[in-house]
Amino acid sequence: MSGRSGFVDWSTVTTTPDAIAYLDHAATTPMSPAAVEAMLAELSRTGNASSLHSAGRAARRTVEEARESVAASLGARPSEVVFTAGGTESDNLAVKGLFWGRRTTEPARRRILVSAVEHHAVLDPAFWMAEHAGAEIVLLPVDAAGRVDLAALESELAAAPEETALVSLMWANNEVGTVQPVEAAVRAAHAHGVPVHSDAVQAAGRLALDFAASGLDAMTVSGHKVGGPVGVGALVATRGLPLTPVLHGGGQERAVRSGTLDTASIRAFAVALADAVATRDATATRLAALRDELVAGVRAAVPSAVLRGPAPGPERLPGNAHFTFPGCEGDSLLYLLDSAGVQTSTGSACQAGVPQPSHVLLAMGVDEADARGALRFSLGATSTHEDVAHLLRVLPGVVERASAAGLASAPARRGGAR
Amino acid sequence: MKVLAAMSGGVDSAVAAALAVEAGHEVVGVHMALSRSRDQFRTGSRGCCSIEDAGDARRAADVLGIPYYVWDLSERFEETVVADFLDEYAAGRTPNPCVRCNEHIKFEALLDKATALGFDAVATGHYAQVVTRDVPDVSDDAAPGAVRRVNELHRAVDAAKDQSYVLAVMGPERLARSIFPLGGFASKDEVRAEAERRGLSVSNKPDSYDICFVADGDTQGFLRERLGARPGEIVDAAGEVVGAHDGAYAFTVGQRKGLGVDRPAPDGRPRYVLEVDTAANRVVIGAAELLSVDRVVGERSVWLAPDVLDAAAGGWFDAQVQVRAHGAPVAARVRATPGEGTEVELVGPPLRGVAAGQSLVVYRGTRVLGQSTVASAGRRPPQP
Repeated sequence: MSGRSGFVDWSTVTTTPDAIAYLDHAATTPMSPAAVEAMLAELSRTGNASSLHSAGRAARRTVEEARESVAASLGARPSEVVFTAGGTESDNLAVKGLFWGRRTTEPARRRILVSAVEHHAVLDPAFWMAEHAGAEIVLLPVDAAGRVDLAALESELAAAPEETALVSLMWANNEVGTVQPVEAAVRAAHAHGVPVHSDAVQAAGRLALDFAASGLDAMTVSGHKVGGPVGVGALVATRGLPLTPVLHGGGQERAVRSGTLDTASIRAFAVALADAVATRDATATRLAALRDELVAGVRAAVPSAVLRGPAPGPERLPGNAHFTFPGCEGDSLLYLLDSAGVQTSTGSACQAGVPQPSHVLLAMGVDEADARGALRFSLGATSTHEDVAHLLRVLPGVVERASAAGLASAPARRGGAR
Repeated sequence: MKVLAAMSGGVDSAVAAALAVEAGHEVVGVHMALSRSRDQFRTGSRGCCSIEDAGDARRAADVLGIPYYVWDLSERFEETVVADFLDEYAAGRTPNPCVRCNEHIKFEALLDKATALGFDAVATGHYAQVVTRDVPDVSDDAAPGAVRRVNELHRAVDAAKDQSYVLAVMGPERLARSIFPLGGFASKDEVRAEAERRGLSVSNKPDSYDICFVADGDTQGFLRERLGARPGEIVDAAGEVVGAHDGAYAFTVGQRKGLGVDRPAPDGRPRYVLEVDTAANRVVIGAAELLSVDRVVGERSVWLAPDVLDAAAGGWFDAQVQVRAHGAPVAARVRATPGEGTEVELVGPPLRGVAAGQSLVVYRGTRVLGQSTVASAGRRPPQP
């Protein structure tokens, strides 16, 4: 049986047993069958990659082959790949490690330049460093499509080049799918001798990533967004980059990231990434067409819906569609869609389960009320026309009901209901 | 039915949700987030509003195999319950925030949103019973012999846990869309046993008592922080200054402790707050017998017994009234007056320390007839 996207056979993969339409691939996407097979094979083998006996050597070999594979998939050298426990850890290592690493030799470098639409895994470590390590955070503004303002980056760099530790700019935004001008940012920063990190978690396997050609100094990738397991990822970092470790211990991963190597996950991650990259063009073309169908369908079914982020095209992730539904609350939309068999997301972080108005939308100039009615639809390898058709069938009723609920629970102005 | 189970994270609401599931309803669990700031509400296990409680509610929903959501009602909560609490204390009255929360949040914001989303009812872990009966319709426009369906709110079987007092405010339409699965339980231990039997790990969580948005239980501190210090005088019934205070709003009629008056009363007997005059920023204290009232006027009344009111036809009817959540009901005659008013005349011993703002609930036996907010209380003129 042939799979939908080249040679990867996705026919054996299900999301959850009763799911009718899983449209949340940006949250996590099914493991590819080859990755599952690779992981299962490794799980039954014993061996610590740091051990010197034959079992350890076998594990070491598996890890190093995976490292070479990941490097080849990303246009990097094997020695530049640091395996971590995932995207969040890689981002923390990049932001904190680079800040501390540079300050060791150049104490004046305390500024961290980040776009206002970074993932919390970049923003929160940066703000934590401001609170606890004397960093100064410069948030770079974005336009209405979520694209970083390069002129602002350049002027911030020029304002205090000797005091700037690093720039972090994501490759593509996880909520609205905006592809950022990473290479231009790298040129601007390098002109001032400032290294650049990019969170490429959403871009890997979707867009052509070439670490060497991009000029980046560090780049984050995650296993479970490319068809690998949860709990593994990598920070790709050039050899000369001054990175202070965040995890100290046994000195693994060139002493930048201590901890016993997770051989099974690392191998499965490498297999999944290689598959995703090999099928990338076909997948991207197919998902972009499916996404366009979804966007046109939503606009036709719910004319009040507003597409957020860039117009579908090269500046947007192929599997991403993001809308705000005026007068609706994200949690009502989520509940109604879930009970109608559509699994999706508001796209933004929760605090104790409460969807918060997205910092990405707010940075793009969306007002808070509109931001509360956001839904992100994200497509992946297992997505089909039927998934989109099912969404479009149930969406008008869902939106109608959610706007009625929005009216019912709108905050009473003080004094009104008393 | 499609039932929304309000899940606080405590044992009661978890068992209520379980019983709704076992009754064959299609149940979705919802936890209400009532504070937007993480640290405003206490984080211990006592409250109903902490992050841990939201996690406990989620875990219980997972055990029951039902979907679970958190609804952010914090803005509404601040605008209604907290604002009312502050306004009432600032006006020298004594609010019951749990009554206002039931009125504006649980059985208004939550229930209305649930209804709009297609739910038929909301189930909560309150201890009370709803009894649906057909009664003769004696209203003015009813045909002879007509009957009508009345949803009656009754006290819980377990008198110690009964919460009908704080539920009476909701009114008949909302009562018809509410389910209280715990009303028939004989004791809290029985509810805990039910939780344990179902593997709900909240079975041993302690009960919550205090006001959830007053993080450390220090109501006076909370009021001082939100309303600011307003120093003034404490006087006795004769008007003589006997002490000082930081804000009249922090006192409640009937309060005995924490008056901060050094000088003992001339007769050596304990003194109580008789009056909180926020306009003059003055607190009046005096002997216990000066607190006794036998007449109470209520406002903003909500009635749950159209049959009783129709039978009374605007006149007096016999009932019992209760003015505190855990107070004893006392015999009274009651009548509904125009403009959502209520008049109460006690027929037995007087009540002590009835403060404006308190919730007055009218019972007949176990049945709740209605609820009103105390506007004023005093002594009846002597009968001729």
